[in-house]
Amino acid sequence: MKIIVCIKQVPDTSEVRINPETNTLIRDGVPSIINPYDMHAVEAALSIKDELGAEVTVLTMGPPQAEAALRETVAMGADDAVLLTDRAFAGSDTWATAYTLAAAIKFLGADIVLCGKQAIDGDTAQVGPAIAEFMDIPHISYVSQIASVSGDNITVRRLMDEGYDVVEAPLPVLLTVVKELNQPRMASLKGKMRAKKIEIRKLTHKELALDENNLGLKGSPTQVKNIFAPEMKKDRIVIAGTPEEQAGELISILKAIKCI
Amino acid sequence: MQIKVDRELCTGCQTCVSSCPYDSIVMSEDKALINEYCQLCRACLSVCPEGAIKEYKDSPAEIKQGDLTDYKGVLVFAEQREGHIAHVAFELLSAGRTLADKLSVPLSAALFGAGELAAAELIKWGADTVYLCDDASLTRFNDEPYSELLSKIIIEHRPEIVLAGATAVGRSFFPRVAARLHAGLTADCTSLEIEKGTRNLLAIRPAFGGNIMATILCPDTRPQMATVRPKVMKTSGYDTNRKGEIIKIDKPQKASRTKVVDVVKDDSLFNISLQDAEVIVSGGRGLGGAKGFEVLRELAGLLGGTLGASRAAVDEGWIQYGHQVGQTGKTVCPKIYIACGISGAVQHMVGMQSSDIIVAINKNPEAPIFNIANYGIVGDLYEVIPLAIKKIKGDKGI
Ligand SMILES: Cc1cc2nc3c(=O)[nH]c(=O)nc-3n(C[C@H](O)[C@H](O)[C@H](O)COP(=O)(O)OP(=O)(O)OC[C@H]3O[C@@H](n4cnc5c(N)ncnc54)[C@H](O)[C@@H]3O)c2cc1C
Ligand SMILES: Nc1ncnc2c1ncn2[C@@H]1O[C@H](COP(=O)(O)O)[C@@H](O)[C@H]1O
Repeated sequence: MKIIVCIKQVPDTSEVRINPETNTLIRDGVPSIINPYDMHAVEAALSIKDELGAEVTVLTMGPPQAEAALRETVAMGADDAVLLTDRAFAGSDTWATAYTLAAAIKFLGADIVLCGKQAIDGDTAQVGPAIAEFMDIPHISYVSQIASVSGDNITVRRLMDEGYDVVEAPLPVLLTVVKELNQPRMASLKGKMRAKKIEIRKLTHKELALDENNLGLKGSPTQVKNIFAPEMKKDRIVIAGTPEEQAGELISILKAIKCI
Repeated sequence: MQIKVDRELCTGCQTCVSSCPYDSIVMSEDKALINEYCQLCRACLSVCPEGAIKEYKDSPAEIKQGDLTDYKGVLVFAEQREGHIAHVAFELLSAGRTLADKLSVPLSAALFGAGELAAAELIKWGADTVYLCDDASLTRFNDEPYSELLSKIIIEHRPEIVLAGATAVGRSFFPRVAARLHAGLTADCTSLEIEKGTRNLLAIRPAFGGNIMATILCPDTRPQMATVRPKVMKTSGYDTNRKGEIIKIDKPQKASRTKVVDVVKDDSLFNISLQDAEVIVSGGRGLGGAKGFEVLRELAGLLGGTLGASRAAVDEGWIQYGHQVGQTGKTVCPKIYIACGISGAVQHMVGMQSSDIIVAINKNPEAPIFNIANYGIVGDLYEVIPLAIKKIKGDKGI
């Protein structure tokens, strides 16, 4: 069985702040990490490999520094790593990203494709399902448990807004996973040695014979028009005084809106 | 579009270098250079003290989709659960009506897996036309048949804007439709506007974990697709006298490859009442332990409200995930949100900032939650809340 895991290197957004006066990002020292949801996708692939035997390839589209992310997952136990890097990919939105990744996955071949639920920089959750569409395979989103998997079929739990569905699909299939699925493993010493030495395969649009009109900025329908800081409430009232007075004020507010 | 540094103006001060979340501004020959890994997020545009970072519009993307003016109207995907319309569909119809009126175009809705009664309800909420496929196999959600049907409606009727709720369903199958049609799709929007002059949709959404807001547009392609976060659009315009048309459509041709074998409701995972609650008493790490929620539960009980929580409190195991409010939890919009011992991380605030009234109780006067609170109580929640409970009980005579 062949499994491909799509991972993305992202800025650790919990540390990004915006300067409300200048409307700009303050990113000093914010590290790049593997998108946290993708770590759960890697773990899912490795668990299937432990159970059934499989060849696990990690794939990322990004700048050369994304190699570091690929090596981290090889240290965890991935067999092979592929970097899609090309000037022609610059400026890709989710459409062009999914188009490119889908072409690479078709080129490499896979029975199961795993993605994170969403990437924490954009939070779109669009790349996974769009890859499945381009590959013309089924997909299941928000997978929180893999109940069973065999050479030609998979049964999983899909988180929904009011509970979960149990969903079955034939292989090949694409899954996007949530963090409840598993606990990502640590890198092993042997893995770390391999990660240092492994040759990362690189692919460009040429090997994949892709139409340049569908790549990067040219292939991307969406554009960012501008960015700005989230709005702050203006009518702020500070309730001072002793705890008794503060509790009294709280009750007045509740009474004013007829909560009590 | 491209973002470039004007080398004439650049003084090499490096201010821009650290503004780039993607590390794509580098120094080259003492001047800043934006390399090909630029994601066009525009974070750097306003940081340069010399105004040397500029955007250059190159010839627009030539995605061939025919004449853009062929596309007219707003289409809303109306989600149903077990045959009942989900509340988000009414929110979208209200928002969609406003957009359609601004553009002077009709508003339509697509409904799969429910009956004519439900379709008629959509008309009262603002739809001029409802495309209905009442095939029973569609009551359970599968991505492929939903994608097939919606794509077909779009190809046939050419709406310029297509909206769905940013729910598990909408966020799962809309990307497939957008991929198929080469349409731009903006996820999880919190506000929608029309650009004056161009008629383009301005889709506004949080990015970078809610730390910034971004306006996204699709100038050269149609339809313009977006998923909209539940509970941020207010419902309005319900009219039992409104007339509209229900058009039945054929069931999907292709069989779904995925099969839903069971549907399980699970309140421990997802607190259903949270999103409909009018009063939410929410606790964070400042509670210091699970016992804190006992105090909050008592207050919530007296107010007829529900418990909310920050992720920190959920991660500590003090309360179940179903209560989590924020980016990775629920978006809520109660009449009053009482935040106790919550610092106000952006990821939390994006889930509750559209509450009508926000009261924050926090020991630390510098806590960011006070920036968005209408009423800020700087104090210890363990002093203020028990006193409030005592007073309310006294007033009620219990
Ligand atoms: C990708 C991502 C997604 C996230 N999604 C969410 C999300 O959906 N929801 C969410 O909430 N967070 C989310 N977070 C986490 C978020 O960044 C914060 O870590 C979290 O919201 C902090 O929770 P808190 O305010 O309870 O804790 P803290 O930040 O630790 O704040 C505790 C506060 O309690 C106050 N306090 C302490 N004792 C008392 C007392 N006795 N009385 C009064 N005040 C007291 C302190 O002054 C402090 O301000 C996300 C993070 C990431 C990276
Ligand atoms: N550039 C990329 N390279 C590889 N995988 C990606 C890339 N962008 C997104 N993905 C995958 O798609 C998922 C969803 O990303 P997004 O749609 O950007 O929220 C991620 O969790 C990854 O698994």
